[in-house]
Amino acid sequence: MTRHVIAPVDELPPGTRKFLTIDERPIAIFNIKGEFFGLLNRCPHQGAALCEGPLIGLAQSSDPGEIEYTKLGEIIRCPWHGWEFDIRTGQSYCDPKRFRARAYPVNVEPGSSVVKGPYVAETIKVAVESDYVVVDL
Amino acid sequence: MTSPIAGGVDCDLHPAVPHLTSLLPYMNDYWRDQVTTRGMVDLISQSYPTNSPISARPDWRPAQGKPGSSLADMQKQALDPFRVSFGICNPLYGVQMVFSEDMQDAFCRALNDWLVKEWLDKDARLRGSIVIPTQSVEKSVAEIERCAKDKRFVQVLMLVMGDMPLGKRAYWPIYAAAERLGLPIGIHAGSAYHNPPTSVGWGSYHVEDYVAQAQAFQTQMTSLIVEGVFARHPNLKMVMLESGFTWLPSYLWRLHKFWRGVRMETPWVDRAPLEIVRSNIRFSLQPVDAPPDPTTLNRLFDHMQSDELLLFSTDYPHWQFDGEEVLPAGISPDLVRKIMIDNPHATYTRLKQSVQA
Amino acid sequence: MNVQFRAEPAASVSVKTAIADCDIHPARATPSELFPFLAKRWHQHLETYGKHPYQGMMEGPPYPKAQPNASRRDAYPPEGGPQGSSLSFMQKQLLDPYNVALGVLNPLATGQGLRNQDLAGAICAAINDWQIEKWTSKDSRLKGSIVVANEDGLSAAAEIRKRAGDRNFVQVLLLSRNVEPLGQRRYWPIYEAAQEIGLPIGVHAFGFGGNPITASGWPSFYIEEMVGHSQCQQTALASLVLEGVFERYPKLKMVMIEAGFGWAPSLGWRLDKNFDRLRSEVPHLKRRPSEYIRDHIWWTTQPMEDPERRDHLFELIEWIGWDKLLFATDYPHWDFDEPSRVLPAGVSDANKQAFYLDNAKKLYGIS
Repeated sequence: MTRHVIAPVDELPPGTRKFLTIDERPIAIFNIKGEFFGLLNRCPHQGAALCEGPLIGLAQSSDPGEIEYTKLGEIIRCPWHGWEFDIRTGQSYCDPKRFRARAYPVNVEPGSSVVKGPYVAETIKVAVESDYVVVDL
Repeated sequence: MTSPIAGGVDCDLHPAVPHLTSLLPYMNDYWRDQVTTRGMVDLISQSYPTNSPISARPDWRPAQGKPGSSLADMQKQALDPFRVSFGICNPLYGVQMVFSEDMQDAFCRALNDWLVKEWLDKDARLRGSIVIPTQSVEKSVAEIERCAKDKRFVQVLMLVMGDMPLGKRAYWPIYAAAERLGLPIGIHAGSAYHNPPTSVGWGSYHVEDYVAQAQAFQTQMTSLIVEGVFARHPNLKMVMLESGFTWLPSYLWRLHKFWRGVRMETPWVDRAPLEIVRSNIRFSLQPVDAPPDPTTLNRLFDHMQSDELLLFSTDYPHWQFDGEEVLPAGISPDLVRKIMIDNPHATYTRLKQSVQA
Repeated sequence: MNVQFRAEPAASVSVKTAIADCDIHPARATPSELFPFLAKRWHQHLETYGKHPYQGMMEGPPYPKAQPNASRRDAYPPEGGPQGSSLSFMQKQLLDPYNVALGVLNPLATGQGLRNQDLAGAICAAINDWQIEKWTSKDSRLKGSIVVANEDGLSAAAEIRKRAGDRNFVQVLLLSRNVEPLGQRRYWPIYEAAQEIGLPIGVHAFGFGGNPITASGWPSFYIEEMVGHSQCQQTALASLVLEGVFERYPKLKMVMIEAGFGWAPSLGWRLDKNFDRLRSEVPHLKRRPSEYIRDHIWWTTQPMEDPERRDHLFELIEWIGWDKLLFATDYPHWDFDEPSRVLPAGVSDANKQAFYLDNAKKLYGIS
């Protein structure tokens, strides 16, 4: 696995996402209420740009008409057929055994231990006190 | 030809009420007078015009009277030749077309009492379905509770083309009562004609109405599944009667596909539709609506991915097959046994209970 | 290491072999985009009274869709406007990357299913002019469908005849849900005119005619409407067959669009069986229903049936015929079928060629 530096943390405030390509793989990084998650931007169903979809919560029900709505903003709906995937784990909510979007572990690295890479060159003017968002790929 | 085996259950027989006046002895004074003073006529649904070829096989059509109105004929033409141990009576008398809930209730009570006296009491093999006044859910529940005391009632009967989709929650007290009492709900072909008999309006022909029953079963299954009837009532079984079944696999593929994408609209559907069908829904055998080549039908059985879905039926006296060719060609003895005996008994658990004299 | 940020939606994989897309939905960027093609009296009328359809909502559908505009969220054109409203973006997102050699336009939300027949006729004529001006004259891969006031047979027939010989159009468009089942004689002038000018009729899912969308009343959920297009299409086709439309108009061809095709074999078997029993009711029919279907009906593929086992899908298609299916994506709708993903492996090259392109070219007369 190689570590890739993505962006300073403040460029990815809560509720936003960033699209990028690493080694020709399309990826999106999300900030969900201060936590960072990465997903391959390709739906395992028919290959749509999964990460362009809206973020909603998880609707579950143990009794028709009653809805338990949790994980607000943590479920992404594919912009094509609307399949729901859990941002944290890539777990889909239909046919859970068959379909899982590939999730990439995302860590937050302190600014001083940033690894060299093209992005570092671009952000050299940024204040080093910022925490950097880094991706393991 | 695949031979039937003895000891089966015929899950769809149609004893016919000779005339509305046949029910008069089972009505109270008020309704008896209403029927006669207002000149009410026989309740015959357009779904089964008496003289339509489908309504009676030529060799089952009596010289006089309605097809299916003679017990002796039913014994000679259906119960004995197919050597069944049980036959479930599903009266199709047109009470569902009635709009007034009070009148419908009176007629349903009379019909259910008539069935007991004229049929169930006269042949120990016969069992009945409770016909309910669907204009009132409350009265339907009351009628179920009343009739269920007689263990020879083994099912609650509703029509596939009624006033509302069957999954709508307003109907659920009926399903709760049925589940509690161990009664499957039988949904039978036919329309109350309170809505156009197709999803695209009123067609011109009887043949059109009849073909459209299959599409009505499809939309009803969607309703029952996505409204979550079986999530709320996991022990309830529903039997699609005279529905055909060769449409089932492709229908389920479509429902499954859309369920995956619109799951959040009905999150209580937490199992694949095929699993729900396997656990809670069954189909009577006739009509088979078979492809011309018997091998194609065997492929369809494979597409259905379950051998527990079909329940033997003759649909007597309707004309669905000739001679004794009630079973599809080329099916295994194991499947014959499942269709004729195992699947019906697994569905109608009341069959084996002791009979009240 | 290569970290690249992008501002635009990702392009899809390119497809080398040319395909036909037999169900594309072009949209207006704004409501007034139609006004240049529509007489002035209707501009004020629409703003005051709206379209007045056979369902209750002034705006939007009675069953809310699964995605905004029932469309893919990544299909919004960069210049603005709803999905499907930009030719350049449609070229970029659909026609070019998927190598669409023939794209059949099926405009929805037009003058069909309206209660005011004068308005309906006016909007339909305008939509047909708009298809030429905005789409087919600008990209020769695209072909239009003649939309007509479906409940006004005479007006519809006139609009069809007006377009006779116009190579911008490859079919006449109807919807599956109307005031009456499609076989009824009020619609026969449409069939007569289509046969006369030599064009097939596309019957697309949806529409409203005032009937509940099941034979047992109105269901609760959008999923029921979506799954229910299969049943509506089956009953519409049964009507067409049993009313003798194909006996009366023997050269007429029809395409069942966006309602799936899995139901076709079992419907044919059921129709045949009951026709055999009840043929005395319909003496105008000289052949069995499945024979009429075999000779007169094609199906677009979207939404593609998706069984667990691909051998089941192949069997199903064998029963219908590889020559009867016309590939479609339904772009830009959300239940879009991605061309390279919908057909499992194991299809012969000849069948693939027929499925993806040749059946459509033959039916629509494109060389």
